[in-house]
Amino acid sequence: MEILVILIPVSLLLGGAGLLFFVWTVKSNQYDDPDGDAQRILSGQWDDHPKP
Amino acid sequence: MTAPMRPGISACPACSAAPAAQALAHQDTVLEARIALSLPTIHCAACISAVEEVLNAYPGVHHARVNLTMKRASIEASPDVMPDALVRAVGAIGYEAHELDAGTLSATTTDKAGRDLLMRLAVAGFAAMNVMLLSVSVWSGAADATRDMFHWISALITMPVIVFSGQPFYRNAWAALRHGRLNMDVPITLAILLAVITSLWETSLSGAHAYFDAALALTFFLLAGRYLDYRTRAIARSAAEELAALEVPRAFLLVDGQETQVPVAQLAVGDLIRLRPGGRLPVDGVIVEGQTELDRAMLTGETVPVFAGPGQAVCAGEVNLTGVLTVRATAVGQDTSLHRMADLVAIAESGRSRYTSLADQAAKLYAPGVHILSGLSFLGWYLYTWDLRTALNIAAAVLIITCPCALGLAVPAVTTAASGRLFRRGMLIKDATALERLAQVDTVVFDKTGTLTQGTPVLTNLQAHPAEAMAIAMALAAGSAHPLSQAIVRAGAAAGLVPAQVHALQERPGYGTMGQWQGQSVRLGRAAWVGAQAGAQTSAWLQIGSAAPLQLTFADNLRAGAAQAVADLQEQGCNVIMISGDATPAVAALAAELGITDWQAEALPAEKVARIAALSVAGHKVLMVGDGLNDTAALSAAHASISPASALDAARVASDIVLLGADLAPIAQAVQTARAATRRIRENFTVATVYNVIAVPLAVAGLCSPLIAALAMSLSSITVSLNALRLR
Repeated sequence: MEILVILIPVSLLLGGAGLLFFVWTVKSNQYDDPDGDAQRILSGQWDDHPKP
Repeated sequence: MTAPMRPGISACPACSAAPAAQALAHQDTVLEARIALSLPTIHCAACISAVEEVLNAYPGVHHARVNLTMKRASIEASPDVMPDALVRAVGAIGYEAHELDAGTLSATTTDKAGRDLLMRLAVAGFAAMNVMLLSVSVWSGAADATRDMFHWISALITMPVIVFSGQPFYRNAWAALRHGRLNMDVPITLAILLAVITSLWETSLSGAHAYFDAALALTFFLLAGRYLDYRTRAIARSAAEELAALEVPRAFLLVDGQETQVPVAQLAVGDLIRLRPGGRLPVDGVIVEGQTELDRAMLTGETVPVFAGPGQAVCAGEVNLTGVLTVRATAVGQDTSLHRMADLVAIAESGRSRYTSLADQAAKLYAPGVHILSGLSFLGWYLYTWDLRTALNIAAAVLIITCPCALGLAVPAVTTAASGRLFRRGMLIKDATALERLAQVDTVVFDKTGTLTQGTPVLTNLQAHPAEAMAIAMALAAGSAHPLSQAIVRAGAAAGLVPAQVHALQERPGYGTMGQWQGQSVRLGRAAWVGAQAGAQTSAWLQIGSAAPLQLTFADNLRAGAAQAVADLQEQGCNVIMISGDATPAVAALAAELGITDWQAEALPAEKVARIAALSVAGHKVLMVGDGLNDTAALSAAHASISPASALDAARVASDIVLLGADLAPIAQAVQTARAATRRIRENFTVATVYNVIAVPLAVAGLCSPLIAALAMSLSSITVSLNALRLR
């Protein structure tokens, strides 16, 4: 059962990383236009070079 | 448990626009102007890039971005870029665009409360998952040191999360307790805190039972309910704001003969204002120059335009039909006659705020019961065993089991599903309890002008006149923006007539149009002008040479779905009544056409309110459907109210539900959906109660383990959510 000493912190860290990632997505307005983002990925406008 | 939230009442568009106008004025000092456009027709990736390309290429535009979810474009540009130029540029590539008042909209972009709630929900969800995993291993047999370690880790995760995520409940509970009242948040807070404290105590004594997972799951489920509730209202609010923002409050101010465009809020008493045909008066005033006809339908419900000339007093909200007017303002903003309506609204409003929502009714029964039950089991066990630890443990278990987890989800889940379904059909639910109130309705009162009818006239006796006369009428009407003239042109074109050759066309604002046809003078206009006797019916008169004038009669066009809505409502057992400010013959004719037997014509605003109050006193639950200013007070006095999107801002603010499309048919469906939704809410309450009835005796008897608590809580929450989803 000594493996728990490693596994529990690891799982908490990974979960915490996911939580922080989610917080970041909320803070950077990524849920403002879900329909638009779903459609924009289909546009070929910036296929050749990134948006300046 | 859903706090009654009501938008502030403003009976005048100018007042509610004042902050917006100030925001606009403020922006002028900044180098960057923010412009918002509504783009109702965009739907795909190609639309996005086409519109963005055009806007970004427009000189002076720094940055433009389309939001497909809200069907809106936000543009940052230098201050000299005019929004109407951008509207034309987007229109040129085939997309419908409307200017939105950026000041009114700014509230939606900084949606802090929603984010805050989402963040708390995410943190609670994360913690609940981790603690639940640890608890599963405890339930499946971890013992001694392992169990204690798992409990301590759970405690470490739970403590900060409970402090952070539970704040909305603590605040509400504290606010209620401070005023000596009980709400749903008091048992919630007590359950969470008691669960955490007893669990900590148990853990420190190496006990077997800890409720950390229950406390977190409780917080998570309840926050989910709160978030759903918030989302539903935020969507409605943002759509309502968009409707308000579509009316950009600007006026043309005359200074030394020079016209300048200014925000309505900057107008002062004594200012000269120029009003073009089609414009709505922003102030009360006196006509200084110009003659015209005014459309007062929004204020009084009259469909016949009224003549107006110099010296005549005019009221804010009237629409100028034919001539260019110069008006000297006598009252602006808060003092206009538009705003005086607010008094009536405020009085009517106090009647409705007494409604208690189903959730509040449940909370009133529930909260004291839960506390008494938990207190009694604590006391009973303490007296029986003289062991504080056992007694406290059992009291905590009772509180957790009875905690209104499913109750907290029961209402928001149903309201979200029902509002979403109605939104797809073009109805916007503005008020949290609107659906419940709509479900109780047994009497529907309709306004006529602008609600059952479109407010656009149709020519009714085209066939009664010789084709030649109609051709002359068409030629005379073609040059005018007057609604009756446009109706003549439409009817003539539909009948395949070609306008006659009329020379020397001249429009006399307020009277009509005259010209020369084959050497004779021809006139189309008001009865008095062509020498005829005016009747009760809306009509225009055509005179050829010196012959007797011909009467062209008009009727108001029925709104799409009006007949169906009335028929459906009557079929559902509702008593349908029509009350209008218009003349008796017009109202009687429409009532006969729609099969409404109970109608009232020439009603003043106060009479409409009185009629609704009388119906309410008689025990009826009244749904008011109206659009005009004269309906505003009646809309607030009724048990529930609906107004079409074409209604004045004041009427939309006063009503619970806004009809986004032009079709009236969804009203009957909305009543049906509301009844279904209320039935689901009651079912959900029953489901939650059944779970409690099964689990509470176990908890009181001290047989309830954390596993049973977790199962009961999750199962009832999921059942309730699934039941709500059946509404979609």
